[in-house]
Amino acid sequence: MDKIRTRRRPPAADGAPTEMDSDQRSKFEIVAREDFSDATYLLEIYHPLMAKAARPGQFVIVMAHEHGERIPLTIADYDRDEGTITLVIQAVGKSTREMQQICTVGHCLHGMVGPMGMPSEIGQGQKVLCVGGGLGVAPIYPQARGFKENGASVIAVLGFRTSSLIFWKEKFESCCDEVIVCTDDGSAGLEGRVTEGMRLALEKHPDIDECVAIGPPVMMQGAAEMTRPQGIKTMVSLNPVMIDGTGMCGGCRVKVGDQVKFACVDGPDFDGHQVDFGDLMARLSRFSDEEKAAMQRWSEHCRMAQQPDGLETPPTAPEK
Amino acid sequence: MAKKRTIRTIPQERTPVAEQDPGERIRNFDEVSHGYGKEEALVEADRCLMCPEQPCVAGCPVGVNIPAFIQKVTEKDLRGAYDVITTTNLLPAVCGRVCPQETQCEGVCTVGDTLEPVAIGRLERFVGDMAIAAGWANVPYIEPSGFRIGIVGAGPAGMACAADMAKAGCEVTVYEAFHQSGGVLRYGIPDFRLPNEVIDAEMGNLEKLGVHFECNTLVGRLFTIEQMIDELGFHAVFIGTGAGYPNMLGVPGDSLNGVLSANELLTRCNLMHAREFPNYDTPMPPARHVAVVGAGNTAMDAMRVCLRLGAEEVSCIYRRSRAEAPARAEEVHHAEQEGIRFKWLTNPVAVLDDGEGGVSGIRCVRMELGEPDDSGRRRPVPVAGSEHDIEVDLVVVAIGTNANPIIGQTSKLALNKWGYIETDEDLVTSMPGIFAGGDIVTGAATVIEAMGAGRKAARNMRRYLGIRDADAPYRASGADTLFGIDLRERNFVRIQTST
Ligand SMILES: Cc1cc2nc3c(=O)[nH]c(=O)nc-3n(C[C@H](O)[C@H](O)[C@H](O)COP(=O)(O)OP(=O)(O)OC[C@H]3O[C@@H](n4cnc5c(N)ncnc54)[C@H](O)[C@@H]3O)c2cc1C
Ligand code: SF4
Ligand code: FES
Repeated sequence: MDKIRTRRRPPAADGAPTEMDSDQRSKFEIVAREDFSDATYLLEIYHPLMAKAARPGQFVIVMAHEHGERIPLTIADYDRDEGTITLVIQAVGKSTREMQQICTVGHCLHGMVGPMGMPSEIGQGQKVLCVGGGLGVAPIYPQARGFKENGASVIAVLGFRTSSLIFWKEKFESCCDEVIVCTDDGSAGLEGRVTEGMRLALEKHPDIDECVAIGPPVMMQGAAEMTRPQGIKTMVSLNPVMIDGTGMCGGCRVKVGDQVKFACVDGPDFDGHQVDFGDLMARLSRFSDEEKAAMQRWSEHCRMAQQPDGLETPPTAPEK
Repeated sequence: MAKKRTIRTIPQERTPVAEQDPGERIRNFDEVSHGYGKEEALVEADRCLMCPEQPCVAGCPVGVNIPAFIQKVTEKDLRGAYDVITTTNLLPAVCGRVCPQETQCEGVCTVGDTLEPVAIGRLERFVGDMAIAAGWANVPYIEPSGFRIGIVGAGPAGMACAADMAKAGCEVTVYEAFHQSGGVLRYGIPDFRLPNEVIDAEMGNLEKLGVHFECNTLVGRLFTIEQMIDELGFHAVFIGTGAGYPNMLGVPGDSLNGVLSANELLTRCNLMHAREFPNYDTPMPPARHVAVVGAGNTAMDAMRVCLRLGAEEVSCIYRRSRAEAPARAEEVHHAEQEGIRFKWLTNPVAVLDDGEGGVSGIRCVRMELGEPDDSGRRRPVPVAGSEHDIEVDLVVVAIGTNANPIIGQTSKLALNKWGYIETDEDLVTSMPGIFAGGDIVTGAATVIEAMGAGRKAARNMRRYLGIRDADAPYRASGADTLFGIDLRERNFVRIQTST
């Protein structure tokens, strides 16, 4: 898919309403969408109050439709003037693929709640390494910007599978002192995983005093191991299975040091050197059988109901 | 009225209620109890002695005028009965189903001294169901007071406060974090005990009072309590966010994939419809042999949900004995009927790993009861050498909850040492204009106590705002007045006229 960007302008110059009651626009409306690749897409959702409240490191929980799951997604950016929240989503499972189909501009999500979790602490580091892998590239952006605004010098290491999946490089270049891109296949930038980029950066800048890493658990684990020898403070953002996101179910519990924490209210950011990644990865596989079954069932439905534009609502979605 | 009833002349037996057969009902989510029909209700209503001293009313946390509504039932004036109940209790069909009547009204009923007490709960449910079927709602004429009230949390506490403030003419907005209102009634208590239609119908009455709902709103994070007063223009706020944060076992194996909180299991099943997976997207963990730890209402609900989802064997593991089980008597009884294996005086010491990240069993010790502890219940102590393993593939933890931390994290409200919101007797918090009640103040309790707290907070909120109580006596006995205004009405200079 091409990198097409579509946007719908707000109807009136209403600025960012401070009150929900005065918000006449449909709730949770998708006002812009951009497809970075055939699996990665960006949505901008209209929610002025949330755009005002959001801070780097926080997340939302969305429900695409009435029968949907509650899926946690990290806030990749927010625009207080436009009153929007930006989410970058990778179509991996049934729910995110379905969203890829139905979430077109003008569509309204069934629900979006947030901003959840503790905002990231933008630390006092003077030279900061911001590491994003795959999807983690999006949520690391507001952190990089936050550090820059705090006066730190910021080095970004961005990892992608291959060159066609690269996004937001320019956005990072505008707020970082240095941007290192790595691709697994070497089709752009450095060949290898983000840890290769980190190695390079750490060698070049021995004075790096803080690190933030967001991405798949293995990547965050690798990043934390890179900085462990020097004892550089490394924060990671955990993404366990969640339901409520309000501390009510305990489904999101993670082991940090010798403590059990609920990622949704105690996190999602934790000290990467303390996190038990093995436990996190095991817990992430909790529903893998069910997910596979749902995915398969859904793909079959899609094949059967194949529409020319591929944007037809699949049969599992509720009737309007 | 007919001849005076005495303990000798009333029907001696408590009128039984029709229930779904246990063998049948463990295969569906339909309600277990069918409730009274009109005939049965009339017979049961005849068992009430209309005691002048009304011990049952005192036993009810919101003081429903029980003899008065039962009197109306005997007169076949069901609308009248409904009107009596709803002057104090907004949700009769809900409360008739979920209140622990045996420790409240029915526990102190005079008939109960000699015979089985009057089935007050079943009668209340009967009246509530009649009202739903007939579409009755009591929407009084409301004179706008010009005040705006914000309510945080759409559980029983928040609902009760919202209703009373709406009746007092305030513009009420209820903020709820989930995508649906109801609190524990919706996400916790399963359909076979409290069908969604009943919640919808009784909650719907709030909308008729003009209460406005905003779901998908996490207060504290989207805006703070302080901002509600300073920026969103609320004159007073009530916090009823419930006791969320579940305790986990704290034994080895606690984080295995087959271990989850009852809250998670029930939320998946009830709110997210996981039992209809894959028609709904939220999955349920597979469960053939289940151990549920705990013996409260939450544990009973979790066990019975597992049975209905097809578990072959469900055990209840509780460290005390049946007498101390905190669940409603009827729930324990129903669970026993349905074939739950109760392992009283048993305590888990470890969850066993199946080698693939899942659960293969739970290791327990037997307990015996020793000296009474702070709660007055005898403290269970482990029996040496009694370790044994129970083979299970799912462990559900229902051993209580802690205070939800979000409001505490995001406001300057004073909390007590356990993290619950601190209030005085009037449910006033440490910040002016902010009230709190329900589980977030007391810790996990009951639906009716939460509603009682919501109503009490509303009463004090009206006083704080200077709204005259229409149903209270003009001058409360012994209260000081100034120009005819009760001096306990805080802040009465703020009386506003409607705009
Ligand atoms: C499974 C289960 C079974 C039970 N069975 C019974 C029974 O049979 N009988 C009985 O009397 N009691 C029972 N109880 C206890 C009873 O349900 C509770 O005591 C009662 O619901 C408490 O009401 P509440 O209004 O204080 O809180 P809740 O019902 O917990 O409602 C709080 C609401 O606030 C929302 N919320 C939380 N934080 C925020 C926030 N920051 N912003 C916005 N919204 C927020 C929550 O999502 C929730 O909807 C049971 C409890 C459980 C868990
Ligand atoms: S105590 Fe029992 S018999 Fe007496 S009025 Fe109440 S319900 Fe009737
Ligand atoms: S998602 Fe339920 S407690 Fe965190």
